[in-house]
Amino acid sequence: MTIKYTKDHEWVRVEGDVGTVGVSDHAQHQLGDVVFVELPDVGRQLAQGKEAAVVESVKAASDVFAPVSGEVIEANADLENDPSLVNAGAETTGWFFKLRLSNPAELDGLMDEAAYKAFVEGQA
Amino acid sequence: MTEASESLKTTPLHSLHLELKGKMVPFAGYDMPVQYPLGILKEHQHTRAKAGLFDVSHMGQVRLTGEDPAAALESLVPGDIKGLARGRMRYTLFLNEQGGILDDLMVTNAGDHLFLVVNAARKDHDVAHMRERLKGKAEVELLDDLALMALQGPEAAAVLGRFIPEAATMKFMSYLPATFNGIPVIITRSGYTGEDGYEISCDTSDAETIARALLAEDEVEAIGLGARDSLRLEAGLCLYGHDIDETTTPVEAGLEWALSKRRREEGGFPGYAIIKDQLANGAPRRRVGFQPDGRQPAREHTDVCDADGQKIGEVTSGGFGPTASAPVAMGYVDRAHAAVGTPVQLMVRGKPLAAKVAAMPFVPQRYYRG
Repeated sequence: MTIKYTKDHEWVRVEGDVGTVGVSDHAQHQLGDVVFVELPDVGRQLAQGKEAAVVESVKAASDVFAPVSGEVIEANADLENDPSLVNAGAETTGWFFKLRLSNPAELDGLMDEAAYKAFVEGQA
Repeated sequence: MTEASESLKTTPLHSLHLELKGKMVPFAGYDMPVQYPLGILKEHQHTRAKAGLFDVSHMGQVRLTGEDPAAALESLVPGDIKGLARGRMRYTLFLNEQGGILDDLMVTNAGDHLFLVVNAARKDHDVAHMRERLKGKAEVELLDDLALMALQGPEAAAVLGRFIPEAATMKFMSYLPATFNGIPVIITRSGYTGEDGYEISCDTSDAETIARALLAEDEVEAIGLGARDSLRLEAGLCLYGHDIDETTTPVEAGLEWALSKRRREEGGFPGYAIIKDQLANGAPRRRVGFQPDGRQPAREHTDVCDADGQKIGEVTSGGFGPTASAPVAMGYVDRAHAAVGTPVQLMVRGKPLAAKVAAMPFVPQRYYRG
């Protein structure tokens, strides 16, 4: 199992050919209190780096991009009733959706946990 | 700190905001806290439950003096200023010749002068406007040696009453010179949250002392601009530059209550002919509230469409109301669609979001009525 991060603060955890996607704990801190998440429909084809979801805090709406390409196979229904799960567990229970990877080689261009940590610290 | 923020102005409470770990953002040329570590949602809820302290020192405080400053000011605004009793205040509007709103403001009869509070982003404009238009009739002084704080919420009266006993029994929309731990202050019972509360004006050099004393009270938390915005939106209050501007008239904006009876009859303010006509015959569009179905917020500039998908208006402020526990918005629609309950579609990211025209405020106002 590998977890990779993007420069836009999404993460993807890969098991077999299925990737689980969410936003990083750093991102949820920056967003503040999440009040709504718009998730992609099951069956939608997502392209790497393109809009996949929208996360809304009290103050603003922010796009979430697909870290890798693939077909959406599940959206996290719990976020509909309790969007604050994104704040409580950004990298666990607050996941956004799962997709079946169409081009696993894309993972090679993403950061691992250590590289992402350094990236975030470099931005501060 | 970035280079951009170095050119921003700061308020007398700036170092306190940093000490309280406020998340600083540029607002109206000032480096201001959008939130503190508590976060917008909890800051909002705390203000509705107890009391919140807001730094609003970026706003313009103005003194108007002269032989008859009330008569002079009435040539620029549609409110009854001459009829304002000493120690009383009123919400009014600077208007242009088309009846458009140049700014909204609070005017207090302070006895020997009028005391005005105007928007931060408009204070230079407003001062120049008054100096030009009231030349020879009134002296206009921008009081930039003063700070301004707002203490808002159901516990505000109990808290401020510990320092200023007379504060607790002040009428809503009244003014009182007082002392706070020996420091001279001017307080008004007013605010921008829909809650009971006060605005406290003092010398810039005293602001931090007063803020620290208030924050030391159990009920009080520091509140940022983010919650100030969600609080005023739930209360149905306009934000200048968003919900009202030079292209909106008071009648379109649903601010008829700010058009005093005598002034409606006598006129004598800019845009009177247009406003008189709109009062008699209705305005082409109206500011209304929107209540989206579900939890998805609709933000500023979202198009509003009728059931057939024809554009009928636009959202001017929108977000999530923490107390309403639902998305809330306001904006303008053509008059035919302005009735409460009218179904509309809000076009959020290209998709229609079902909503209804809703009565405002979204959360009942709880002003002190004595």
